[in-house]
Amino acid sequence: MKSSSFAYRRAATAEEAVALAREAGEDARFLAGGQSLLAALNFRLDEPCMLIDIGRIGALRGIRRVEGALKIGALTRHAEIAASVEIAKHLPLVAQAIHEVAHPAIRNRGTFGGSIALADAAAEMPACALALGARMHLLGPDGPRRVAADEFFLGLYETALEPGELLTHVEIPIPPAGACHGFAELARRRGDYAMAGLAMMLGPRTGAGRDWARIVFFGIADRAVRSPSAEAAIVAGAAPEECAACATDGLDVFGDMNAAESTKRHYAAVLLRRELDRISDEENRV
Amino acid sequence: MSAPVQITLSINGEPITATVAPRMMLVDFLREVAALTGTHLGCAHGVCGACTVRLDGASVRSCLMLAVQAEGTEIETIEGLADSGAEADLLDAFHRHNAVQCGYCSSGMLVSAAELLAQGGVPDRATIRDHISGNYCRCTGYQSIVDAVEEVARTRAGKAGAGA
Repeated sequence: MKSSSFAYRRAATAEEAVALAREAGEDARFLAGGQSLLAALNFRLDEPCMLIDIGRIGALRGIRRVEGALKIGALTRHAEIAASVEIAKHLPLVAQAIHEVAHPAIRNRGTFGGSIALADAAAEMPACALALGARMHLLGPDGPRRVAADEFFLGLYETALEPGELLTHVEIPIPPAGACHGFAELARRRGDYAMAGLAMMLGPRTGAGRDWARIVFFGIADRAVRSPSAEAAIVAGAAPEECAACATDGLDVFGDMNAAESTKRHYAAVLLRRELDRISDEENRV
Repeated sequence: MSAPVQITLSINGEPITATVAPRMMLVDFLREVAALTGTHLGCAHGVCGACTVRLDGASVRSCLMLAVQAEGTEIETIEGLADSGAEADLLDAFHRHNAVQCGYCSSGMLVSAAELLAQGGVPDRATIRDHISGNYCRCTGYQSIVDAVEEVARTRAGKAGAGA
């Protein structure tokens, strides 16, 4: 199919983009890499009145080291994340997960911020942002504000972004020494969205347990979700199989065309046990 | 509201200026305005890879890009890739290995394979499969395509080694 008609404006700055969005009203969309938006338009799942192209705003692109964190411009492409030395060094979770995002040609165009702002329930980057406790920098008509990842993802494609508000940067704190990450996903085809996925950060060891844990599942609910039960079990030093047994306790898990709800709960538990076993094996070997 | 927009870009080294509707995808621009039908439209949502072209040197889906977004860029299609002779060995290997049957995926497949080969070295078969995982072929079963890409990588590496 072909997209319906829309007006096209190219913004030179983030401020101009926000002003254009305010003028155009709720039916305008920001166009970043377009790798999800244009597919939706081709299938007429969305029929915006205007696309505001933010793709050439240089200030929204690139990765910068700031106090204790990496600040990733919303327009930084997936391929740039994958090639970044800073990301590889400080955010190995993101460095690992980025290779599971679609295919090379999509990663050459798709943007980090676009993925976060879209908030697909089965996408990797929102899950990583949540596991890493990222802070979203937003710009709206009333000026800039920051929202923590825990308050950002609200539901199916639903975020804390108000209509006309633009995600400009994602600031990710660099994990402390002694922290480690885990990542795994199940997909039927290479590069496809996950049927179930896990992105997690474990704080430094304290006895048998952990200082803290952020366990995030994706592809099983209406958004990337933390598992408070698994986090509590890990912090308390429970064995991997015990942590896995409560992986999805209290979470609203949905079945979809790939797998039933019970299957998704099973997948989530398997992924968590595998990653906890792997980490435990590696730490015992050292 | 959806006023046409004038764009200027380079396709296979030749400048082109045209006035297009904002909703026109790059793949339709290439096929219908520039009359370069080597680029194919398959799924229109970025999954099949048939429409893959080069944009400023990197592979992109021309079904997930508006023509107006290509303003000022350099596009290379299968026509340019074939005419320049830069990938003649790859095209020849596809031919010899029967890596082409119906041909629908071939232009996109070749752009993706060329991108991997440009990274140098001899990728193993798993890496080749990974790189072309976003290009669907419903004829060959991929084996012959991987054979062709692997052979070109080996040959090019041998030549580079001999020349050093």
